[in-house]
Amino acid sequence: MEFLSYFGNVFEPISFMLLLGGTIGGLILGATPGLSPTMAVALLIPFTFHLAPHQGLILLGAAYTSTIAGGAVSAILLNIPGAPANIATALDGHVMAKKGEGAKALHLAFMSSAVGGVIGVLLLIFLTPVLAKWALAFGPSHLFWIAILGVTVIGTLDSKSFVKGLLSGCIGLWLSMIGYDDIQGVQRFIFADALTGGINIIAALIGLFAIPQVMEMLSRGRTITDIDVITVRHQSLLASFREMISNMKALSIGTITGSIIGIIPGVGGQIAGLVAYDQTKKISRDRRKFGTGHPEGVIAAESANNAMVGPSLIPLLTLSIPGSPTAAVLLGGLLIHGIFPGPDLFKNHAAVAWTFIDSMLIGQFLMVIFGIYIANLAAKIAQVPRSILAAGVFILAVFGAYSVQQSMGDVHVMIALGVGMFFLEKYGFSAAPLVLGLILGPIAESNFLQGNLIAGAQDGPAIYFLTGYLNLFLISLVILSICFAFWTTLKVNRLIALSKEAE
Amino acid sequence: MANVDYKKVQQTLAAAIVLIVAGIVAWLSYTREPAEAFLFPRYISIAFLVLSIWNFVRAATGMALVGRGMDLGSAIWLAPGLAIMTIYIFWMAKYLGFYVASTLTFIILFSIYDPSSHTSPRTWLARAAITIGFMAIMYGLFALVLKVQLPRGLFI
Repeated sequence: MEFLSYFGNVFEPISFMLLLGGTIGGLILGATPGLSPTMAVALLIPFTFHLAPHQGLILLGAAYTSTIAGGAVSAILLNIPGAPANIATALDGHVMAKKGEGAKALHLAFMSSAVGGVIGVLLLIFLTPVLAKWALAFGPSHLFWIAILGVTVIGTLDSKSFVKGLLSGCIGLWLSMIGYDDIQGVQRFIFADALTGGINIIAALIGLFAIPQVMEMLSRGRTITDIDVITVRHQSLLASFREMISNMKALSIGTITGSIIGIIPGVGGQIAGLVAYDQTKKISRDRRKFGTGHPEGVIAAESANNAMVGPSLIPLLTLSIPGSPTAAVLLGGLLIHGIFPGPDLFKNHAAVAWTFIDSMLIGQFLMVIFGIYIANLAAKIAQVPRSILAAGVFILAVFGAYSVQQSMGDVHVMIALGVGMFFLEKYGFSAAPLVLGLILGPIAESNFLQGNLIAGAQDGPAIYFLTGYLNLFLISLVILSICFAFWTTLKVNRLIALSKEAE
Repeated sequence: MANVDYKKVQQTLAAAIVLIVAGIVAWLSYTREPAEAFLFPRYISIAFLVLSIWNFVRAATGMALVGRGMDLGSAIWLAPGLAIMTIYIFWMAKYLGFYVASTLTFIILFSIYDPSSHTSPRTWLARAAITIGFMAIMYGLFALVLKVQLPRGLFI
């Protein structure tokens, strides 16, 4: 129960103000279509440089949680999911809003988000120390395979194309090797002065997540946002609470599904929401009502996508393997404060780690309180024209990338990676595995080299890396993730071919 | 000529560029010394090259189904924005200073892509007001709160 002793840190004036600001700002950013939670967190990192580590993480954690919940506002009131995680919410939420039940849909979305979020954070609290103790037994070969597993899982599960997903991961791994080699001090792949110190993670994250979205907005030209915002009228919060309690089955399925999916690296909130929606629909007595404004749909989807947040941080905090792109951005936030997550995190930086986790728990309650009351305002802000959003995000990205090391070189790297990623995405490549490759590359390489040194003094690299129960278990997971994705691709291709033949 | 599959051509071109990059990475990894420093890059470059060849074959044979590519309309709309972004980062920020360059870039990008009237003085006034407001927030955040020293240029 160590986490209980750090709640006081969250209520320090600056920390609490940051939690409040991160929650409200995250709700508004989340409600804005075109701004993904990952991009919002990446753009916030430069603002954490001047804060104490726990304060910086409180801001990032609050933004992570509330941007996902904030996406429900635009999904319900505008029928545009603020984030991919809210796709399932729009299916019933918007129909409810059109029927005049907008407030009820929002109440259900935020309350079930909070329930899912609290359970998810509790899982994070109770599972992380256990896994961290277990992870202390991991040697370099295991950590090497875990890093490779992180890239293959996210490369195969997060991408629409199996080959392009893995290829994106390889590009990220290669990018991580640019700069000076840590052991020999040899220059590798340095094509320009800006790359001498390697690719700065924060500048890369901003570039990879913000610039493609800016370019996407620009490529749509002068689009007029002629969306009707459905105004929310006051409705009883207590009645909505009763409604949520009466739909306990949907709430439980959503929370359990989200928590399980969250722990699996690379799967993410989008799938959590859709899987929970689908599972609830399958076992519901009112399955025909789904899609017609049924509260169960909103409850299942929203509880799942917020239940995913806490568990998605477990691999990050115990093994320093980010399980999702947003967790990768949070890792960047930890690294700039000199904190390396992993088995020793709760020994060396217990105050930072527990304060961060506690703030996420309190953030769930703030999210409900503010989410419900600022929904109308957030929906109006969500209508900001794309021209302003694109110009604003671009300037913010440049300022943010520059302020990392006060270097124009980082800005050049940021724009080069961002433009490159925009075109790669157009051809089916994905940013998430590339980012994971970029972040996990140094972890994989240092453990690979350490393992090689140990293996040199023992029975050789083949025995060291390819034998032992844990190595074999991790290798089989790598192979399984690749085979599963390969099988899924074949199945999808066959379906596409069949539909073409039918046409 | 009428039956050119532009999606396939674009996919093949993109796959060819990735293949060339993978080839260069593999060549550099295997030709640079000391070998110990390039041990890990060599393994990764093999995987990178094999996957790139696979991707290229799939694209060239029309099997690459994911990714719609760029249509001409989107490319035409994107071009001026991309040009302004490049000029801002590589020239304007250096010579005019960050704040002046950013203000100009913001209003130019905003004006080009703003669907509102471009002949009415009122919309121009609104654009100017939004730009000044946005830059005031940026100045407040970065110069006053975060105290980031941004590059100075000809003006500020």
